Amino acid sequence: MLFTIAYVVLIACCIMCLYRVSRGPTAPDRAMAIDILGIVVVCFAALLSLKTGQAFYLDIGITWAILSFIGTIALAKHLEGKGFDE
Amino acid sequence: MSDIIGKVFVAIGLAFNILGCIGLIRLPDMYNRLQAATKCVTMGTCMVLLGVMIKAGIGHSAELTTRCVLCMVFILITAPTAAHALAHGAYSSGVKLWEKSVVNRYEEDFKSESTKQEAE
Repeated sequence: MLFTIAYVVLIACCIMCLYRVSRGPTAPDRAMAIDILGIVVVCFAALLSLKTGQAFYLDIGITWAILSFIGTIALAKHLEGKGFDE
Repeated sequence: MSDIIGKVFVAIGLAFNILGCIGLIRLPDMYNRLQAATKCVTMGTCMVLLGVMIKAGIGHSAELTTRCVLCMVFILITAPTAAHALAHGAYSSGVKLWEKSVVNRYEEDFKSESTKQEAE
């Protein structure tokens, strides 16, 4: 029961993020929505690992968080008009 | 007992997540959306991870506990950093504030900063 409700709530979160990705009037909006989507996916991975008892789902979550962080920083620097190391 | 506490934490975290995502849709400009979504979703996901950790039993499965703590620390460090960088990048690239915003203190700093850079 808890898992069903949790999945429905998280899928609703994902749909809202994707709405902002598709409609967002500016580029930073889309980058921000992708970042939030990454954090919601970590939440998904945690619940999946609780349900199955397999800890490796959390590895997927950690990896996803790292990659989405790097992507967001790169996009932010690109929007600012600077290189990645400034 | 730990089962109920874990469920309560997961439920609170999910409520934070959904409220943050509603803020992502409803609020008027990029900076409002950024602050609503980032803070709520970071907090909510950390609470869900805490609830998963408690529900699985802190002493029972060392792998799950370690990974949850790692994930929590990582998200708490990186999400505000990414949001700060995005806000800075958005302001530099010329995203306007909402027309009903009352104060913009960053404008003065931004102007002096850019004139200093031009002088250099």
